Amino acid sequence: MRRAYFKFSWIAAALLAPQLLIIFVFFYWPSAQALYWAFTLEQPWGGGNTWVGFDNFRKVLSDPYYWGSVRVSVIYALATTVLAMGMALTLAIFVDRQLAGYKAYRVAIIWPYAVAAPAVGLAFQFVFNPGAGIFSYINTIAPGWWDLSKYPWQAVTAIVIAGAWKQVAYSFVFFLAALQSIPRSLTEAAAMDGARPLRRMIDLQLPLLTPTFFFLLVINITDSFTDSFGIVDTLTGGGPFRATDLMVYKIYADGFRGFDYSGAAAQSIILMLLVMALTFVQFRYVERRVHYT
Amino acid sequence: MTFKLATTAMVLLATAGTAQAEKIKFEYWYGLTGDLGAVVAETCNRFNASQDLYEAVCVGQDGYEKAVQNTIAAFRAEKHPTLLQSFDAGTADLMLSGEFYPVTQLMADTGVIVDWADYFPGIANYYSSKSGEFFSMPWNSSTPVYYFNKDMFAKAGITEAPITWEGLEAALVKVKESGAACGLAYAPSSWIDLEQFSMAHNIPVASNNNGYDGLDTELLFNTTLHVKHMENIQRWLADGTAMLRTQAAGKTARDSFVEGECAVFFSSIADHNTIHKLTPTFAWDVQIIPTYEGVERTNTVVGGASLWVLSGKTDDEYKAAANYLAFLATKEEQQFLLENSGYIPVTKSTYEALKAEGFYAAEPYINRDIAMKSLTWTEPTELTRGIRLGGMIQIRAEWLAEVEAAFAGQKTMQEALDTAAARGNELLARFAQTYAGKSFP
Repeated sequence: MRRAYFKFSWIAAALLAPQLLIIFVFFYWPSAQALYWAFTLEQPWGGGNTWVGFDNFRKVLSDPYYWGSVRVSVIYALATTVLAMGMALTLAIFVDRQLAGYKAYRVAIIWPYAVAAPAVGLAFQFVFNPGAGIFSYINTIAPGWWDLSKYPWQAVTAIVIAGAWKQVAYSFVFFLAALQSIPRSLTEAAAMDGARPLRRMIDLQLPLLTPTFFFLLVINITDSFTDSFGIVDTLTGGGPFRATDLMVYKIYADGFRGFDYSGAAAQSIILMLLVMALTFVQFRYVERRVHYT
Repeated sequence: MTFKLATTAMVLLATAGTAQAEKIKFEYWYGLTGDLGAVVAETCNRFNASQDLYEAVCVGQDGYEKAVQNTIAAFRAEKHPTLLQSFDAGTADLMLSGEFYPVTQLMADTGVIVDWADYFPGIANYYSSKSGEFFSMPWNSSTPVYYFNKDMFAKAGITEAPITWEGLEAALVKVKESGAACGLAYAPSSWIDLEQFSMAHNIPVASNNNGYDGLDTELLFNTTLHVKHMENIQRWLADGTAMLRTQAAGKTARDSFVEGECAVFFSSIADHNTIHKLTPTFAWDVQIIPTYEGVERTNTVVGGASLWVLSGKTDDEYKAAANYLAFLATKEEQQFLLENSGYIPVTKSTYEALKAEGFYAAEPYINRDIAMKSLTWTEPTELTRGIRLGGMIQIRAEWLAEVEAAFAGQKTMQEALDTAAARGNELLARFAQTYAGKSFP
């Protein structure tokens, strides 16, 4: 493989500078600050801090409820990703086959992505509300069966559905673009060989989609770890009894509501490492199966 | 609606402020939202219209928690307001940081006169140092009471709203027997079930006189009458005397009460005004929170928020803020707040004057001053001055999560409260370590 070499150029540096500056100010600097706080006990109103080494990490990692939070975060991430990508792929295939009204769907399905997470949570509150929501009809048949404030699994299901709903749009756009970039001649050739739509999908389209599939997997998992806060806050508030206390929500609750900046910083570092590790695993093991054309 | 117009006018005034640059401006960040937020904005308008030396620039911050969070962020960037409305649970850090200007000191330094002795002790103690110096200015104050449906009580043959838990339990049972769907609409609240309950019974929430005497404090609520009380509530929930009514469960306790479903619910007296606005179709009244038989009742403490003056501002700004605070303390302004909310007067003279005028004898204020009775039942004791605990917001969250787990049958109430106390103690130890060598002033 040939490599291109570029001489150092001041123009290139100047062109890169704004972008690098932005990344530094909005990513590296806060991350460094969080890293520093994670090893200290920071007083919220300023006035200094004390170095405590790994104390904050030790406290967090020895807390059984924290591991519960990690567990439910992983469940949430995997479930929303599978659900969101599954729905997105199904919808994209339908739109790609140009079924009736597909143009309207194409626009409509992209919309949810523009809805802010707290708004999604609020909308789903109306859906899942055991007293007045759509799900309250279940309670008219079997009284007391649906109650988010009582049954952890129902609360988790609710945030997974809301989270997945929000992510469908993003994945849909990519899947659709990928499907449409599959050369028509390939599909037509397969059709002439007698492959029906389902067969064409399994043997032709899906293999050609793997790069997109992999990209979306990484993005969706990362997103569901970090972007779930708004949904949890409005839909369940972390309850019942911590059942939906996702890692990112706990960081908010401890740091911003409880003024425990250092504990929250340590949790942020752990979350960052976890997401990095998961991404690494995906690149190491899943990407092997991806065929780039 | 007039408030909204007034708020808009205020914003316009604030932006057009350059024309009147000779006025001394100071910034005030408040947490109250909705109708109550509009009341705050209106007090600023009234202050600005009442004199032409100072101008209050008041900015709503969408909730107490956000007001404190935003102020901390602004403080670290040295862009903070002069005045902050903060709720009690959020102020332990502020107290220990020392980054505030005690209002007693402020008034003395700026020569503004406030009669500190006029404040109710139950309110004064909560917001002042051990030496009696006010840290912050009491303003919107409340205390918990219970609301009851008079019609449902009458139907069950109950003539007087009980002030003991035994009496209330008997009343709730009678209400149920008279055919009502639900007795008590219950929503777990650490403020009412733990903190104010402990005040009224003169029992400790935590060691060191509820944290006043040192940072090496440990929670004690898992060893007091509080446990029995929570077990009783659990029993009522199990046998249908009480029903869990929370937002997450589909309906809040207040909605359940206003709709006429449940006969009783506990809340702050600040809801008095709200319930009038929701116009229930039945007669209702309020009563002080009950105590257990055989216990000598003591005072409850104030809830709500107070106004903090922050450090790092100019003398002019402090003078302006001092005048605004003194303005809020006048009888007229207290009455304005009372008429537009469910809050209570903070000074004795205002309360006496209002009573003499027959303010509390007319609707919609009838019996609202029952809160004063609860607040002034006794002089505050060592245990009923209030609570000084770091990490209070997280301790409340731990309590709530554990109590909910007990209600769901995952553990016994004693186990739940033990866990909540143990986890709370870790938070307290962390807090003490963060502020090593310091103590509450």
